[in-house]
Formats: sequence, structure tokens, C-alpha cells
Amino acid sequence: MNWQWFHRLGSPRWFYDKTSRWMPWILSGTLLLLIVGTVWGLGFAPTDSKQGNSYRIIYIHVPVALLALAGYYVMAIAGAVGLIWQMKLSYLVMRAAAPIGAVLTFLALLTGAFWGKPTWGTWWVWDARITSMLILLFLYLGIIALQGAYQRQQTAHKACAILALVGTINIPIIYKSVDWWFTLHQPATLKLIGPSSIDPSMAYPLLIMIAGFYGLYSWLLMHWTRSSILETESKTRWVQEIVAKKAS
Amino acid sequence: MMFQFDSIIDFLQMNGHGIYVWLSYAAALLLLLLLAFSPTVQQRRFIIQQKRQQRIEQGVKQRSSADQK
Repeated sequence: MNWQWFHRLGSPRWFYDKTSRWMPWILSGTLLLLIVGTVWGLGFAPTDSKQGNSYRIIYIHVPVALLALAGYYVMAIAGAVGLIWQMKLSYLVMRAAAPIGAVLTFLALLTGAFWGKPTWGTWWVWDARITSMLILLFLYLGIIALQGAYQRQQTAHKACAILALVGTINIPIIYKSVDWWFTLHQPATLKLIGPSSIDPSMAYPLLIMIAGFYGLYSWLLMHWTRSSILETESKTRWVQEIVAKKAS
Repeated sequence: MMFQFDSIIDFLQMNGHGIYVWLSYAAALLLLLLLAFSPTVQQRRFIIQQKRQQRIEQGVKQRSSADQK
């Protein structure tokens, strides 16, 4: 079998070159989806019979929370690939995923609080879903802190990868928390298997927003990874050429 | 598919839920913009710093070749 593609994937320079071409396309598609989804969700989706208009927060809350969880897998898998194959690029992806995930998790908690106040009458409850989401935020923050705690880059990367892998246990717990424990949080409205408990007129803008956030996440991950590629590869010739070409 | 609100005021107020909905969207917009622009700022700073480095190195080279003459 030809493994050339795999090794090329591990090359920071190849990644930098390719993403330079991909990113504008990803960004324009993403912005289109997010604008359509937001306008549809805020103005045109029907009002919920029980929750009124407060439910419109779903169009930001659900995609953000979903990507906070998916982003954790991205970070852990990138860390595992780095540990197994000693791939430099993979560690850089892992490092880039931490601040993005932390902000997304914080946003999920914040929008959840804004949604909780009018529907449950409280900003915060210590129940299974919300507490496990808070633990996710601490995991992300822990990885950012651990990254900065070591003098040697290589040691920091390994420690972060191990912490990220151990933390993956939290993800299925978060996902299943609404089924396993009694909670104020409503169960999942979109299901991969079986019919969804949300009307199509409300679900379409949600699906558009979720697709848009997947695009946004991949764009952000590339953007953050490229930034750290430039810094870790600053001594190489190709980075120096990029610097020379750019007008300051 | 129809616009769900009678007026702009109605759209902003959303039957009293407006403040929560709009705060959620504003917070998301603000934090996502921060995520999008912070690597851009970092890259710009890196380029400026590297340019300075290149200039210093060139200066050192020119001076050492002038000394040899």
C-alpha cells in the first residue's frame, strides 16, 4: 500500500499550502449557511407553542454545544495520532483545537443560561448535563494550561495528548446525561435513528446552522493551526520566504 | 413561510424574550469574531517580528563584509 499521502499529510508545509487554497471557499460557504440559518431561525421559523420565542436560542445553542463535543474528539484523535506516529502537525492541530473548544463550550453554557432563565426560571442548575458540560470546559482549560506549563514543547504535547485522551470518557457521559439522569434539560430533538421530535419547519434552519458551524469549526481549526505552524517552523526556508513576500 | 413578527419593535421584543435571544446571538457573534481574528493578529505580529529579524541579519552581513574590505 502507498503511504505517501499519509506522510504528506503530516508535513506542515503541505498543510499550509493546501489550506491557503481551501480556506476562502470554506469561509464563503460557511458565512452563507450561517446568515441564511440565522435569518430563518430568528425571523421565519414558527414560534414554539410552549416556550414562545425563547426557543430561538436553539439555533445557536445546539450547534455550538455539538461542536464543543465534536471538537473534543478532534483534539483527542489529533493527540493520539501525534503520540502514535510522532507527527508534528498532529500536535499542532491538537493545540489549536483547545482554545476553540473552550470558547464553544463557554458559549454553550452561556446561551444555555440565557435560555434557562425564561424557560426554567433559573440561570443555572447543578444537573447532569450542565455539570458535565462545565467539566468539559475545565478539561479544555486544563489542556491550555498544561501546554504552557512545560519548558520543552515535545513534553508539553505528550502530556496534553494523554490528558485529552483520558478526558474523552466525559463525552459520551455528556451526550447520554439527559437520558440517564433526571434533569431539567430537554432530551435531544434531532435523532440520527428514528423520527425527530422537532417539526421540519423548525428543524431545517437548525440543520443549516449545524452545517454552518461544522464549516466554521474547520475554518477556525485551520486558521489557528496555520498560525502555530508559522511560529514553530519560523527557522525554515519556506516560512522565511512567506515572511519576505508579505508586506509589513 | 412568513415573517413571524408584525413589526420591528415586535421582532426586537419577541414577547418579552427578546433580551435573552438577542443577548445569546450577540455573545456568540462577539466570541466567534474573537476566535476568528486572534490568529490573524498573531500572524501579523509574527511577520513584523520576523521582518525585523531579517533586517538585523542583513545589517550584520553588510557590516561584516564592509569590515573585510
